[in-house]
Amino acid sequence: MAKMLYENRMPGGTHWSLEMKQGTTLKLIDQEGGANVGMLFYNPQNPLERYNAPDTLKCQHTFKLTQGHCLYSDMGRIFCSIVDDTVGWHDTVGGNLSKAKLREKWQERTYQEARNDWTLSGTDSFLVELAKYGLGKKDLAANLNLFSKLVVAEDGALQFVEGNSQAGDAISLRFEMDTLVVFHTCPHPMNPAPAYPKKPVIYQLWQADPVTADDECMNACAENQRGFQNNERYLAGCHTGACCS
Amino acid sequence: MIRESMLHADDSCFRQVVPAGDYFIHTVLKGQTVRILDLAGNQAADTLFYSASNPTERYSAIDTIREQGNVYLTTGTMLLSSEGNPMLEIVADTCGRHDTLGGACATESNTVRYGLHTQCMHACRDSWMLAVAEHADMGLSKRDITHNINFFMNVPVTPEGGLTFADGISDAGKYVELEAKMDVIVLISNCPQLNNPCNAYNPTPIEVLVWNP
Repeated sequence: MAKMLYENRMPGGTHWSLEMKQGTTLKLIDQEGGANVGMLFYNPQNPLERYNAPDTLKCQHTFKLTQGHCLYSDMGRIFCSIVDDTVGWHDTVGGNLSKAKLREKWQERTYQEARNDWTLSGTDSFLVELAKYGLGKKDLAANLNLFSKLVVAEDGALQFVEGNSQAGDAISLRFEMDTLVVFHTCPHPMNPAPAYPKKPVIYQLWQADPVTADDECMNACAENQRGFQNNERYLAGCHTGACCS
Repeated sequence: MIRESMLHADDSCFRQVVPAGDYFIHTVLKGQTVRILDLAGNQAADTLFYSASNPTERYSAIDTIREQGNVYLTTGTMLLSSEGNPMLEIVADTCGRHDTLGGACATESNTVRYGLHTQCMHACRDSWMLAVAEHADMGLSKRDITHNINFFMNVPVTPEGGLTFADGISDAGKYVELEAKMDVIVLISNCPQLNNPCNAYNPTPIEVLVWNP
Protein backbone atom coordinates (compact mmCIF):
# COMPACT_ATOMS: atom_id res chain seq x y z
CA MET A 1 0.00 0.00 0.00
CA ALA A 2 1.38 3.38 -0.98
CA LYS A 3 2.42 5.60 1.90
CA MET A 4 2.20 9.39 2.12
CA LEU A 5 5.48 10.89 3.31
CA TYR A 6 4.69 14.59 3.51
CA GLU A 7 2.04 17.17 2.73
CA ASN A 8 2.20 20.94 2.34
CA ARG A 9 0.15 23.74 0.83
CA MET A 10 1.35 26.52 -1.42
CA PRO A 11 -0.78 29.66 -1.51
CA GLY A 12 -1.40 31.15 -4.98
CA GLY A 13 1.45 33.23 -6.39
CA THR A 14 4.27 31.49 -4.50
CA HIS A 15 7.21 29.23 -5.40
CA TRP A 16 9.22 26.31 -4.06
CA SER A 17 11.62 23.58 -5.19
CA LEU A 18 12.47 20.10 -4.01
CA GLU A 19 14.37 17.02 -5.06
CA MET A 20 12.28 13.99 -5.82
CA LYS A 21 13.95 10.60 -5.55
CA GLN A 22 13.33 7.85 -8.06
CA GLY A 23 10.38 5.81 -6.79
CA THR A 24 8.51 8.65 -5.14
CA THR A 25 5.35 10.38 -6.32
CA LEU A 26 4.46 14.05 -6.24
CA LYS A 27 0.70 14.60 -6.09
CA LEU A 28 -0.62 18.10 -6.73
CA ILE A 29 -4.16 19.01 -5.77
CA ASP A 30 -6.04 22.06 -7.04
CA GLN A 31 -7.68 23.10 -3.79
CA GLU A 32 -10.20 25.67 -5.06
CA GLY A 33 -10.29 25.08 -8.85
CA GLY A 34 -8.61 27.15 -11.55
CA ALA A 35 -5.06 26.62 -10.26
CA ASN A 36 -1.91 26.80 -12.37
CA VAL A 37 1.41 25.21 -11.46
CA GLY A 38 4.43 26.32 -13.51
CA MET A 39 7.01 23.55 -13.32
CA LEU A 40 10.49 22.66 -14.57
CA PHE A 41 12.65 19.57 -14.05
CA TYR A 42 16.44 19.17 -13.88
CA ASN A 43 18.82 16.30 -13.23
CA PRO A 44 20.43 17.15 -9.86
CA GLN A 45 23.62 15.33 -10.95
CA ASN A 46 23.85 17.37 -14.14
CA PRO A 47 21.45 20.33 -14.36
CA LEU A 48 22.27 20.64 -18.09
CA GLU A 49 19.83 17.75 -18.44
CA ARG A 50 16.41 19.35 -18.21
CA TYR A 51 12.77 19.06 -19.11
CA ASN A 52 12.25 19.15 -22.87
CA ALA A 53 8.75 20.10 -23.95
CA PRO A 54 9.25 19.40 -27.70
CA ASP A 55 10.61 15.90 -27.06
CA THR A 56 7.80 15.22 -24.59
CA LEU A 57 5.15 16.22 -27.12
CA LYS A 58 6.59 14.66 -30.25
CA CYS A 59 7.65 11.39 -28.60
CA GLN A 60 4.02 10.84 -27.63
CA HIS A 61 2.34 12.54 -30.63
CA THR A 62 0.41 14.80 -28.31
CA PHE A 63 -0.13 18.49 -27.66
CA LYS A 64 -1.86 17.97 -24.31
CA LEU A 65 -0.51 16.13 -21.28
CA THR A 66 -2.53 13.75 -19.12
CA GLN A 67 -2.52 10.32 -17.44
CA GLY A 68 -0.37 7.83 -19.33
CA HIS A 69 2.08 10.43 -20.57
CA CYS A 70 5.73 10.66 -19.56
CA LEU A 71 7.73 13.87 -19.13
CA TYR A 72 11.04 13.67 -20.97
CA SER A 73 14.46 15.25 -20.52
CA ASP A 74 16.57 16.41 -23.46
CA MET A 75 18.67 13.26 -22.95
CA GLY A 76 15.96 10.80 -24.03
CA ARG A 77 15.10 9.89 -20.45
CA ILE A 78 11.92 10.14 -18.43
CA PHE A 79 11.91 12.39 -15.39
CA CYS A 80 8.44 11.28 -14.34
CA SER A 81 5.23 9.63 -15.48
CA ILE A 82 1.70 10.98 -15.06
CA VAL A 83 0.24 7.98 -13.23
CA ASP A 84 -3.02 9.62 -12.18
CA ASP A 85 -4.88 12.66 -13.46
CA THR A 86 -8.45 13.80 -12.90
CA VAL A 87 -7.99 16.98 -14.97
CA GLY A 88 -7.44 15.50 -18.44
CA TRP A 89 -5.43 18.28 -20.07
CA HIS A 90 -2.27 20.09 -18.95
CA ASP A 91 -0.33 22.64 -21.02
CA THR A 92 3.37 22.83 -21.82
CA VAL A 93 3.34 25.42 -24.62
CA GLY A 94 1.87 28.60 -23.07
CA GLY A 95 5.06 29.51 -21.24
CA ASN A 96 5.48 31.60 -18.16
CA LEU A 97 4.15 34.87 -16.75
CA SER A 98 6.87 37.50 -17.18
CA LYS A 99 7.08 40.62 -15.04
CA ALA A 100 6.19 42.77 -18.07
CA LYS A 101 3.15 40.61 -18.84
CA LEU A 102 2.07 40.74 -15.22
CA ARG A 103 2.20 44.57 -15.24
CA GLU A 104 0.34 44.70 -18.55
CA LYS A 105 -2.43 42.30 -17.51
CA TRP A 106 -3.03 42.66 -13.82
CA GLN A 107 -0.95 45.51 -12.44
CA GLU A 108 1.92 44.75 -10.15
CA ARG A 109 1.26 44.82 -6.42
CA THR A 110 4.62 45.28 -4.75
CA TYR A 111 5.75 43.69 -1.55
CA GLN A 112 6.08 47.20 -0.06
CA GLU A 113 2.38 47.88 -0.49
CA ALA A 114 0.81 44.43 -0.29
CA ARG A 115 3.20 42.27 1.79
CA ASN A 116 2.26 38.61 1.25
CA ASP A 117 -0.60 39.59 -1.00
CA TRP A 118 1.87 40.89 -3.61
CA THR A 119 1.71 39.69 -7.20
CA LEU A 120 4.76 37.71 -8.22
CA SER A 121 5.62 36.73 -11.79
CA GLY A 122 6.27 33.16 -12.82
CA THR A 123 9.64 34.16 -14.29
CA ASP A 124 10.83 35.77 -11.04
CA SER A 125 9.58 32.72 -9.15
CA PHE A 126 11.60 30.34 -11.33
CA LEU A 127 14.68 32.56 -11.16
CA VAL A 128 14.57 32.67 -7.35
CA GLU A 129 14.34 28.89 -7.07
CA LEU A 130 16.92 28.23 -9.82
CA ALA A 131 19.45 30.54 -8.19
CA LYS A 132 19.42 28.29 -5.12
CA TYR A 133 21.10 25.63 -7.29
CA GLY A 134 23.49 27.93 -9.17
CA LEU A 135 21.14 28.08 -12.16
CA GLY A 136 19.73 31.11 -13.96
CA LYS A 137 18.13 32.58 -17.07
CA LYS A 138 20.11 30.34 -19.39
CA ASP A 139 18.57 27.33 -17.69
CA LEU A 140 14.96 28.38 -18.25
CA ALA A 141 13.14 26.16 -20.70
CA ALA A 142 9.57 25.77 -21.94
CA ASN A 143 7.73 24.87 -18.75
CA LEU A 144 4.74 22.81 -17.75
CA ASN A 145 1.54 24.60 -16.80
CA LEU A 146 -0.27 21.97 -14.79
CA PHE A 147 -4.07 22.34 -14.51
CA SER A 148 -4.17 24.75 -17.51
CA LYS A 149 -5.55 23.98 -20.96
CA LEU A 150 -4.71 25.55 -24.31
CA VAL A 151 -6.39 24.41 -27.50
CA VAL A 152 -5.33 24.98 -31.09
CA ALA A 153 -7.78 25.64 -33.93
CA GLU A 154 -7.19 24.29 -37.42
CA ASP A 155 -5.53 27.53 -38.51
CA GLY A 156 -3.15 27.35 -35.55
CA ALA A 157 -4.96 29.89 -33.35
CA LEU A 158 -4.26 29.32 -29.68
CA GLN A 159 -6.93 29.67 -26.99
CA PHE A 160 -6.93 29.40 -23.19
CA VAL A 161 -9.84 27.28 -21.91
CA GLU A 162 -11.37 28.48 -18.66
CA GLY A 163 -12.75 26.12 -16.03
CA ASN A 164 -10.41 23.28 -17.00
CA SER A 165 -9.61 22.24 -13.44
CA GLN A 166 -12.13 21.97 -10.61
CA ALA A 167 -11.70 22.06 -6.84
CA GLY A 168 -10.16 18.74 -5.75
CA ASP A 169 -8.75 17.84 -9.15
CA ALA A 170 -5.31 16.27 -8.87
CA ILE A 171 -2.34 15.02 -10.89
CA SER A 172 0.25 12.52 -9.68
CA LEU A 173 3.81 12.44 -11.03
CA ARG A 174 5.81 9.27 -10.35
CA PHE A 175 9.52 9.98 -10.61
CA GLU A 176 11.54 7.54 -12.69
CA MET A 177 14.91 9.14 -11.86
CA ASP A 178 16.16 11.57 -9.23
CA THR A 179 14.83 15.00 -10.26
CA LEU A 180 15.08 18.58 -9.11
CA VAL A 181 11.55 20.01 -9.31
CA VAL A 182 11.16 23.80 -9.50
CA PHE A 183 7.58 25.02 -9.32
CA HIS A 184 5.33 27.98 -8.66
CA THR A 185 1.63 28.72 -8.30
CA CYS A 186 1.62 31.93 -10.37
CA PRO A 187 -1.15 32.24 -12.95
CA HIS A 188 -0.94 31.06 -16.54
CA PRO A 189 0.08 34.01 -18.74
CA MET A 190 -3.02 33.56 -20.91
CA ASN A 191 -5.51 33.40 -18.04
CA PRO A 192 -8.15 36.07 -18.89
CA ALA A 193 -9.21 36.59 -15.23
CA PRO A 194 -9.78 40.30 -14.53
CA ALA A 195 -7.64 40.17 -11.36
CA TYR A 196 -4.43 38.22 -10.69
CA PRO A 197 -5.78 34.78 -9.72
CA LYS A 198 -4.32 33.43 -6.47
CA LYS A 199 -5.09 29.73 -6.41
CA PRO A 200 -3.58 27.52 -3.71
CA VAL A 201 -2.20 24.06 -4.44
CA ILE A 202 -1.64 21.20 -2.01
CA TYR A 203 1.30 18.97 -2.76
CA GLN A 204 1.95 15.55 -1.28
CA LEU A 205 4.95 13.24 -1.45
CA TRP A 206 4.16 9.54 -1.65
CA GLN A 207 6.17 6.37 -1.73
CA ALA A 208 5.43 5.06 -5.23
CA ASP A 209 4.33 1.53 -5.99
CA PRO A 210 6.98 -0.33 -7.99
CA VAL A 211 6.66 -0.12 -11.79
CA THR A 212 5.19 -3.39 -13.03
CA ALA A 213 5.39 -4.93 -16.50
CA ASP A 214 1.82 -3.82 -17.26
CA ASP A 215 2.44 -0.18 -16.25
CA GLU A 216 0.07 2.20 -18.06
CA CYS A 217 2.65 4.93 -18.73
CA MET A 218 5.44 2.60 -19.81
CA ASN A 219 3.11 0.80 -22.23
CA ALA A 220 1.22 3.82 -23.53
CA CYS A 221 3.35 3.73 -26.70
CA ALA A 222 6.53 2.08 -28.00
CA GLU A 223 8.32 5.38 -27.47
CA ASN A 224 7.65 5.28 -23.72
CA GLN A 225 8.87 1.67 -23.52
CA ARG A 226 12.14 2.84 -25.06
CA GLY A 227 12.23 5.85 -22.73
CA PHE A 228 11.98 3.50 -19.77
CA GLN A 229 14.78 1.39 -21.28
CA ASN A 230 16.93 4.51 -21.48
CA ASN A 231 16.24 5.17 -17.80
CA GLU A 232 17.17 1.58 -16.97
CA ARG A 233 20.49 1.98 -18.78
CA TYR A 234 21.15 5.27 -17.01
CA LEU A 235 20.29 3.92 -13.58
CA ALA A 236 22.40 0.80 -14.17
CA GLY A 237 25.44 3.02 -14.61
CA CYS A 238 24.39 5.38 -11.87
CA HIS A 239 23.90 2.64 -9.27
CA THR A 240 27.40 1.28 -9.72
CA GLY A 241 28.80 4.60 -8.52
CA ALA A 242 28.31 6.68 -5.41
CA CYS A 243 25.95 9.24 -6.91
CA CYS A 244 22.65 7.54 -6.08
CA SER A 245 23.68 5.47 -3.07
CA MET B 1 0.70 33.58 -45.56
CA ILE B 2 2.53 33.33 -48.84
CA ARG B 3 4.48 36.45 -49.71
CA GLU B 4 7.27 36.59 -52.23
CA SER B 5 10.38 38.66 -51.70
CA MET B 6 11.41 41.64 -53.79
CA LEU B 7 15.10 40.95 -53.13
CA HIS B 8 17.44 39.48 -55.73
CA ALA B 9 20.18 37.02 -54.91
CA ASP B 10 22.67 39.06 -56.97
CA ASP B 11 22.23 41.99 -54.58
CA SER B 12 22.95 39.98 -51.43
CA CYS B 13 26.04 40.79 -49.36
CA PHE B 14 26.53 37.23 -48.08
CA ARG B 15 25.56 33.78 -49.22
CA GLN B 16 26.56 30.34 -48.08
CA VAL B 17 25.35 26.85 -48.93
CA VAL B 18 24.96 24.64 -45.84
CA PRO B 19 25.16 20.90 -46.62
CA ALA B 20 22.81 18.51 -44.80
CA GLY B 21 24.20 17.62 -41.40
CA ASP B 22 26.32 20.79 -41.09
CA TYR B 23 25.76 23.78 -38.89
CA PHE B 24 25.67 27.46 -39.81
CA ILE B 25 26.55 30.28 -37.42
CA HIS B 26 26.66 33.93 -38.45
CA THR B 27 25.81 37.32 -37.00
CA VAL B 28 23.09 39.28 -38.80
CA LEU B 29 22.93 42.99 -38.03
CA LYS B 30 19.84 44.99 -37.18
CA GLY B 31 18.10 46.03 -40.40
CA GLN B 32 19.65 43.27 -42.50
CA THR B 33 17.43 40.65 -44.10
CA VAL B 34 18.31 36.97 -43.99
CA ARG B 35 16.81 34.35 -46.30
CA ILE B 36 16.86 30.63 -45.65
CA LEU B 37 16.40 28.80 -48.93
CA ASP B 38 15.27 25.19 -49.22
CA LEU B 39 17.38 24.20 -52.23
CA ALA B 40 16.05 20.69 -52.91
CA GLY B 41 12.77 20.66 -50.93
CA ASN B 42 11.36 19.27 -47.66
CA GLN B 43 14.53 19.97 -45.72
CA ALA B 44 14.29 21.04 -42.07
CA ALA B 45 16.37 24.03 -40.99
CA ASP B 46 16.51 23.82 -37.18
CA THR B 47 17.21 27.39 -36.16
CA LEU B 48 18.06 29.30 -32.99
CA PHE B 49 18.58 33.05 -32.58
CA TYR B 50 20.52 34.94 -29.90
CA SER B 51 21.01 38.60 -29.16
CA ALA B 52 24.56 39.22 -30.37
CA SER B 53 25.21 41.69 -27.55
CA ASN B 54 23.88 39.38 -24.83
CA PRO B 55 23.33 35.77 -25.88
CA THR B 56 21.48 35.09 -22.61
CA GLU B 57 18.61 36.76 -24.45
CA ARG B 58 17.47 34.31 -27.10
CA TYR B 59 14.61 33.16 -29.28
CA SER B 60 11.69 31.95 -27.21
CA ALA B 61 9.25 29.61 -28.94
CA ILE B 62 6.71 29.76 -26.13
CA ASP B 63 6.67 33.56 -25.89
CA THR B 64 6.45 33.89 -29.68
CA ILE B 65 3.57 31.42 -29.93
CA ARG B 66 1.63 32.92 -27.03
CA GLU B 67 2.02 36.57 -28.00
CA GLN B 68 0.98 36.04 -31.62
CA GLY B 69 -1.79 33.68 -30.49
CA ASN B 70 -0.88 31.05 -33.07
CA VAL B 71 1.38 28.01 -33.09
CA TYR B 72 2.51 28.36 -36.73
CA LEU B 73 5.05 30.85 -38.06
CA THR B 74 4.67 32.68 -41.36
CA THR B 75 4.78 36.16 -42.97
CA GLY B 76 4.06 38.77 -40.33
CA THR B 77 5.17 36.67 -37.37
CA MET B 78 7.41 38.57 -34.97
CA LEU B 79 9.95 36.27 -33.35
CA LEU B 80 10.25 37.23 -29.69
CA SER B 81 13.16 36.80 -27.31
CA SER B 82 13.14 35.32 -23.82
CA GLU B 83 12.94 38.93 -22.62
CA GLY B 84 9.85 39.60 -24.74
CA ASN B 85 11.74 41.77 -27.27
CA PRO B 86 11.28 41.57 -31.06
CA MET B 87 14.25 39.73 -32.59
CA LEU B 88 13.27 39.22 -36.22
CA GLU B 89 10.14 39.55 -38.32
CA ILE B 90 9.21 37.13 -41.06
CA VAL B 91 8.82 39.44 -44.07
CA ALA B 92 8.50 36.89 -46.88
CA ASP B 93 7.55 33.23 -46.98
CA THR B 94 6.85 31.05 -50.01
CA CYS B 95 6.22 27.96 -47.88
CA GLY B 96 3.27 29.23 -45.82
CA ARG B 97 3.84 27.64 -42.45
CA HIS B 98 6.78 26.76 -40.23
CA ASP B 99 6.96 24.78 -37.01
CA THR B 100 8.26 25.85 -33.64
CA LEU B 101 6.69 23.14 -31.45
CA GLY B 102 8.51 20.03 -32.59
CA GLY B 103 12.04 20.84 -31.42
CA ALA B 104 15.20 19.38 -32.84
CA CYS B 105 16.34 15.82 -33.24
CA ALA B 106 18.98 14.56 -30.84
CA THR B 107 20.78 11.23 -30.63
CA GLU B 108 19.00 10.66 -27.33
CA SER B 109 15.49 11.51 -28.49
CA ASN B 110 16.10 9.50 -31.68
CA THR B 111 16.45 6.39 -29.50
CA VAL B 112 12.99 7.08 -28.09
CA ARG B 113 11.33 8.03 -31.37
CA TYR B 114 12.92 5.61 -33.81
CA GLY B 115 14.55 2.82 -31.78
CA LEU B 116 17.54 2.29 -29.53
CA HIS B 117 19.66 1.30 -32.57
CA THR B 118 19.65 4.94 -33.77
CA GLN B 119 21.73 6.07 -30.78
CA CYS B 120 24.87 6.88 -32.77
CA MET B 121 23.21 8.45 -35.82
CA HIS B 122 23.94 12.11 -36.55
CA ALA B 123 21.34 14.51 -35.15
CA CYS B 124 20.71 18.27 -34.98
CA ARG B 125 21.74 18.64 -31.38
CA ASP B 126 25.17 17.21 -32.24
CA SER B 127 25.59 19.90 -34.88
CA TRP B 128 24.74 22.57 -32.32
CA MET B 129 27.12 21.04 -29.76
CA LEU B 130 29.94 21.21 -32.30
CA ALA B 131 28.96 24.76 -33.25
CA VAL B 132 29.11 26.06 -29.66
CA ALA B 133 32.37 24.17 -29.06
CA GLU B 134 34.03 25.53 -32.20
CA HIS B 135 32.79 29.09 -31.69
CA ALA B 136 33.59 29.67 -28.02
CA ASP B 137 33.96 33.39 -28.86
CA MET B 138 30.19 33.56 -29.38
CA GLY B 139 29.72 32.81 -25.70
CA LEU B 140 27.28 29.94 -26.22
CA SER B 141 27.11 26.55 -24.50
CA LYS B 142 24.66 23.69 -24.10
CA ARG B 143 22.80 25.86 -21.57
CA ASP B 144 21.82 28.10 -24.48
CA ILE B 145 20.47 25.36 -26.70
CA THR B 146 16.71 25.66 -26.38
CA HIS B 147 13.36 25.19 -28.08
CA ASN B 148 13.99 26.08 -31.75
CA ILE B 149 12.23 26.87 -35.02
CA ASN B 150 11.97 24.18 -37.68
CA PHE B 151 11.79 26.15 -40.90
CA PHE B 152 10.04 24.16 -43.67
CA MET B 153 8.60 21.60 -41.22
CA ASN B 154 4.87 20.89 -40.99
CA VAL B 155 3.70 19.82 -37.52
CA PRO B 156 -0.09 20.21 -37.30
CA VAL B 157 -1.89 20.26 -33.94
CA THR B 158 -5.46 18.97 -33.84
CA PRO B 159 -8.26 20.58 -31.79
CA GLU B 160 -8.36 17.36 -29.72
CA GLY B 161 -4.75 17.86 -28.66
CA GLY B 162 -2.96 15.55 -31.10
CA LEU B 163 0.38 16.38 -32.67
CA THR B 164 1.44 14.96 -36.02
CA PHE B 165 4.50 15.18 -38.21
CA ALA B 166 2.89 15.58 -41.58
CA ASP B 167 4.48 15.47 -45.00
CA GLY B 168 6.39 18.60 -45.80
CA ILE B 169 4.72 21.50 -47.55
CA SER B 170 7.99 22.91 -48.75
CA ASP B 171 9.56 22.33 -52.13
CA ALA B 172 12.75 23.05 -54.03
CA GLY B 173 13.32 26.80 -54.17
CA LYS B 174 10.93 27.75 -51.36
CA TYR B 175 12.27 30.15 -48.80
CA VAL B 176 11.59 32.19 -45.69
CA GLU B 177 12.97 35.68 -45.19
CA LEU B 178 13.46 37.53 -41.91
CA GLU B 179 14.35 41.12 -41.09
CA ALA B 180 16.51 41.51 -37.99
CA LYS B 181 15.21 43.90 -35.30
CA MET B 182 18.44 43.60 -33.30
CA ASP B 183 21.93 42.22 -33.95
CA VAL B 184 21.37 38.48 -33.84
CA ILE B 185 23.48 35.35 -33.94
CA VAL B 186 21.83 32.88 -36.31
CA LEU B 187 22.57 29.25 -35.44
CA ILE B 188 21.20 26.62 -37.81
CA SER B 189 21.51 22.88 -37.80
CA ASN B 190 20.70 21.73 -41.30
CA CYS B 191 18.96 18.56 -40.24
CA PRO B 192 20.71 15.22 -40.94
CA GLN B 193 17.58 13.20 -40.06
CA LEU B 194 17.55 9.77 -41.75
CA ASN B 195 14.67 8.30 -39.73
CA ASN B 196 11.75 10.61 -40.46
CA PRO B 197 9.77 10.09 -43.68
CA CYS B 198 9.07 13.88 -43.86
CA ASN B 199 12.19 14.38 -45.99
CA ALA B 200 11.92 11.02 -47.77
CA TYR B 201 15.01 9.97 -45.76
CA ASN B 202 17.07 12.30 -47.89
CA PRO B 203 18.52 15.34 -46.10
CA THR B 204 19.61 18.02 -48.59
CA PRO B 205 21.50 21.35 -48.56
CA ILE B 206 20.04 24.77 -47.78
CA GLU B 207 21.41 28.20 -48.62
CA VAL B 208 21.54 31.29 -46.42
CA LEU B 209 21.61 34.75 -48.00
CA VAL B 210 21.88 38.17 -46.33
CA TRP B 211 20.99 41.62 -47.70
CA ASN B 212 21.94 45.00 -46.31
CA PRO B 213 19.03 47.40 -45.67
